[in-house]
Amino acid sequence: MNKVVANADEAIRDLQDGAVIMSGGFGLCGNPENLIRAIHRKGVKNLTIISNNCGTTDKGLGILLQTRQVRKMISSYVGENKEFERQFLAGELEVELNPQGTLAERIRAGGAGLGGFFTPTGAGTQIAQGKESRVIEGREMIFEKPLKADYAIVRAWKGDRWGNLVFRKTARNFSPMMCTAARITVAEVEHLVEVGELDPDQVHVPSVYVNRIFQGTSYEKPIEKRTVRKG
Amino acid sequence: MPLTREQIAARAAQELRDGYYVNLGIGMPTLVANYVPKGIDVIFQSENGMLGIGSYPTEAEIDPDLINAGKETVTEIKGTSYFSSADSFAMIRGGHIDIAILGAMEVSEQGDIANWTIPGKVLKGMGGAMDLVSGAKRVIVAMEQVARDGSKKLLKECRLPLTGKKCVNTVMSELAVIDITPQGLLLREIAPGVTPDDVQKVTEPKLRISPELRTIKI
Repeated sequence: MNKVVANADEAIRDLQDGAVIMSGGFGLCGNPENLIRAIHRKGVKNLTIISNNCGTTDKGLGILLQTRQVRKMISSYVGENKEFERQFLAGELEVELNPQGTLAERIRAGGAGLGGFFTPTGAGTQIAQGKESRVIEGREMIFEKPLKADYAIVRAWKGDRWGNLVFRKTARNFSPMMCTAARITVAEVEHLVEVGELDPDQVHVPSVYVNRIFQGTSYEKPIEKRTVRKG
Repeated sequence: MPLTREQIAARAAQELRDGYYVNLGIGMPTLVANYVPKGIDVIFQSENGMLGIGSYPTEAEIDPDLINAGKETVTEIKGTSYFSSADSFAMIRGGHIDIAILGAMEVSEQGDIANWTIPGKVLKGMGGAMDLVSGAKRVIVAMEQVARDGSKKLLKECRLPLTGKKCVNTVMSELAVIDITPQGLLLREIAPGVTPDDVQKVTEPKLRISPELRTIKI
């Protein structure tokens, strides 16, 4: 078994126009920077991207908007991106907004083989329009379908050659569920280690979910809101 | 005298109890963390996957892998834990968060809340707000009583698209603390020097006045 690839370009060698891609990250935190840059270089178009946000105007997934590679975004919050606003208002970009917890759970359901779930989130709001609703234990709930993808792209802090992954702090966010919900999951890691080096009790994503892994390089790790106190 | 934003946050912080797990929204609610009563442990949750938010970092402590849900750099405390977004929202939806304090554009006398979009203006998305209002054990809205354009925000029915239905328990404003009850709005506390009439003037539905009406103490 060899899941290690040389770099991001090799990891997405078979990515095609029209693909559905899940991308880990919350804002610019925990973004798979190498893989986003590789998709940008490859120039594939008409992508559907499932990610909590769409980067900023010139960072993260935002760079794929600049090159008009994205046809549709499935997200929970898409502020802080002027090009996104412009393309959306011009009708060039389709957007499906999901409540953040619903987005996370739809991805989890997709990876866990579930046909969906009933949630109280969004009941009685415009999110409920066109969805089945039921009263369960006295509460109105709406039915949400699972989400799956052709590719999941994530960044982990450490990963071994089999694909076991460990994340660091809040860079984890959506990545663990995304790894389970795609046909091909690619992980870029800040530290690629040998099998056996990770503490089995500390693994966040077991290797079965990861198809390709590589050592990432040149991490920029931009910060959206640099808030500090006096030292 | 109407309360300042800082004072509204300080009043909201009086609702916190030892051992509470609390989620604070962006803006004025974030200030609540500065007024936790002394001698109690309150754990703040961030919906991007963190329990136990610390203060902002010093320049030397800044870590791009450590942000809150407003995407601000933060620090951890002793006892912090991290988890995935699915776990985070299971925690929120499952009723494990004691209080969510958030801002709003409109609140109705039934406890409906609208705070995520203005149709025709730019769409940003609801983020975690719909999950928080439907899942937290108690939802407190901290907001000014009147919008910048002079329109009332506490209404008989919300006009903007809803974030959640029948989910707000209490509104804390610069003028008052108002509970949302099955019988409608109950004026429980007023700011010093403010009369119930002053509050009614900027509130669309009829207020009932609590027999135990008292003045807000900061």
